[in-house]
Amino acid sequence: MFKIDFSDQKLRAILIQTLVIGVLAYAVFWLVQSTSYNLEKRDYKLGFGFLNDPAGFDISFSPFYSFVATDSHIKVYLVGLANTLLISFVGCIAATFLGFSIGIIRLSSNWLLSRLAYIYVEITRNIPLILQLLFWYALLINLPRLKNSIAFGESFFLNNRGLNSPQPIFGDNFIYVTIALVLAITVSIIFSRRAKKIQEKTGKQYPLFLINTASILLFPTIIYFISGSPLEFELPVLIGFNFVGGMKIPPEFMAMFLGLSVYTASFISEIVRAGILSVDKGQIEASRSLGLKQNRIMNLIIIPQAMRVIIPPLTSQFLNLTKNSSLGIAIGYADLVHGFGGITLNITGHAIEVMAIVMSTYLIISLTIAFFMNIYNKSIQMEGR
Amino acid sequence: MYSFNWIKQNLFSSWLNSIVSIVLIYFLASIIPPLLDWFIFEATFVADDRTGCTTDGACWAVVGARFYQFMYGFYPTEEVWRVNLVYTMLPFGIAPLLWDKIPFRKQFLFFSMAYPFLVFFLLYGGPGLSSVASNKWGGLLVTLFLGLGGILIAFPLSIFLALGRRSKMPAILTLCIVFIEFIRGVPLITLLFFGNIMLPLFLPEGINLDTIIRALVAVTIFQAAYGAEVIRGGLQAMPKGQYEAAQALGLSYWQMNYKIILPQALKITIPALVNTAIGLFKDTSLVLLIGLLDLLGIGRAALADTKWMALHVEVYVFIAGIFFIFCFGFSRYSLYLERKLNTDNNGENK
Repeated sequence: MFKIDFSDQKLRAILIQTLVIGVLAYAVFWLVQSTSYNLEKRDYKLGFGFLNDPAGFDISFSPFYSFVATDSHIKVYLVGLANTLLISFVGCIAATFLGFSIGIIRLSSNWLLSRLAYIYVEITRNIPLILQLLFWYALLINLPRLKNSIAFGESFFLNNRGLNSPQPIFGDNFIYVTIALVLAITVSIIFSRRAKKIQEKTGKQYPLFLINTASILLFPTIIYFISGSPLEFELPVLIGFNFVGGMKIPPEFMAMFLGLSVYTASFISEIVRAGILSVDKGQIEASRSLGLKQNRIMNLIIIPQAMRVIIPPLTSQFLNLTKNSSLGIAIGYADLVHGFGGITLNITGHAIEVMAIVMSTYLIISLTIAFFMNIYNKSIQMEGR
Repeated sequence: MYSFNWIKQNLFSSWLNSIVSIVLIYFLASIIPPLLDWFIFEATFVADDRTGCTTDGACWAVVGARFYQFMYGFYPTEEVWRVNLVYTMLPFGIAPLLWDKIPFRKQFLFFSMAYPFLVFFLLYGGPGLSSVASNKWGGLLVTLFLGLGGILIAFPLSIFLALGRRSKMPAILTLCIVFIEFIRGVPLITLLFFGNIMLPLFLPEGINLDTIIRALVAVTIFQAAYGAEVIRGGLQAMPKGQYEAAQALGLSYWQMNYKIILPQALKITIPALVNTAIGLFKDTSLVLLIGLLDLLGIGRAALADTKWMALHVEVYVFIAGIFFIFCFGFSRYSLYLERKLNTDNNGENK
């Protein structure tokens, strides 16, 4: 006779999974049904056709593309995406620099210096980011008016409408300088690899850093002058009630930049500190007894080992910063959530489509960053013995 | 003599250090007195509106004038004793969870379990109490409700998600991975928008959730996903022998996890869990963007009032101070736990 044996693990697993999938399928069915009823009642037609409609509103900040109100909602999306990526990119770089500096300062033997770094970390990481953004923004828009801008020499002017800075204007010949730079970097990488091989074979060392820096700096500079100095800076000039020329960096962008990098730097500094402390003291003592100089100990012994500990949590901080850039909506920075997820959603009323696009975009960004950082992480991990 | 040596070692150990110290001392000496003046000595503490703040320092009068709203929102004055009762009972509800040496811990734990239900009953009203709609709540009340509520409800969820992510059943494993990675891949603000704008489209007619409950749902699933990853780390750190020994004793899956694995895994993950909880507590301030009046929302409302306009710095500093007290306190607690766990382990290794 056929008998069900509930103590059989395989059978139980199948039963449980069927049950879970069944419940889930029923829940989805139920949700779809009530949703379609709701949509019908509200005369809401699903579809992505609205993306081609003209937006009908302006975006104040769009550095790569001059947006006009007749542009479609797809353009709104692209501008928002560009702004999200821009602030995340510059924010990650600034936060890394600031975070590494503060992490190292916290380990300083100077008591006052390390205490100040500690106070910085505790204050910035225990206050909500959105509050810090609002605070920076309030400070920036309460700066003096345009007429009384705070001037830094002849080139930078800070006022309540943002920062006016010189704008680089690239001449046609600038492409040669770029090519020269890429070439110099490639040559230095090849040279470094060869030098490493020679060192491993014979023990002979080259002043790598010196040679590489010299070639990367010198070669493009020479090309720059040969091709006739194809880079100029256009200075902002106050004419009447406005600045003419130069770059305008709006206060929203500056507040986002300051807020995101200051906030994330405090987390990165803790990661860096933990990473450096994780290197065994014996390693440093051993390298000292081998006669290595202090900077070589740092470069060859401490940093490579600390980086293994630092990289994985650093990745998640980059991811956090990117996701936190969505708080731009609180101060009106036209990112993905504010421009597309906010204004487009309100104008068109296509909540489901807009939210689906916004969420999947963030998912893709997150997964991409995680993917590349995982590859980098694998490349620096210790090889298994 | 001792202190002189200390100063010499920690501030003037080398030429470079001495220069840095002198520059820093000069910097602090020039920055601290004006700050103190602004904060305390030249500040105005009582005034009817901003024109009453005639001194050069901060205008703390705005905090005093709006203190009720900062603490309770628009909770009716005659019912405010209920919120006060909730606040007073909070330390008794939390203490036995945080500190295992408290006298009568077992009895207190029963109170801790009853506390959330008591809070719900007191705040919303029910038999014997007039009901207070949640849109009247605000300030610290909303911040604590969402922060502590989210952390509390998310905890069991994250345990199940973490176990599911280590499950051998492919359907459950996939579900848990997709859920966790999806929630962790999107910003909290999109989840809040999702709950606020889209949930009404999905749910059948007649189910109307308060905005605060929708926010609580969003905050809870967010915290559950992050907590699950932390707990998974703890589960992975368990030696395989623990599982094998438990199975050899004939324990079932749930018995093994409940009695052997989870007590050990949770113990080592508690400091990290506290850190994610701090993160969530700070993130609750995002509900301002879906129109809830938490601490920050009340602050923004005060700034929109012509009587107190342009006092951004005072209002933000006050709110930042409240958040700092809670978050710094919790991070100290997490450090204390870490140290305690370390000594516990050393004791075993003796």
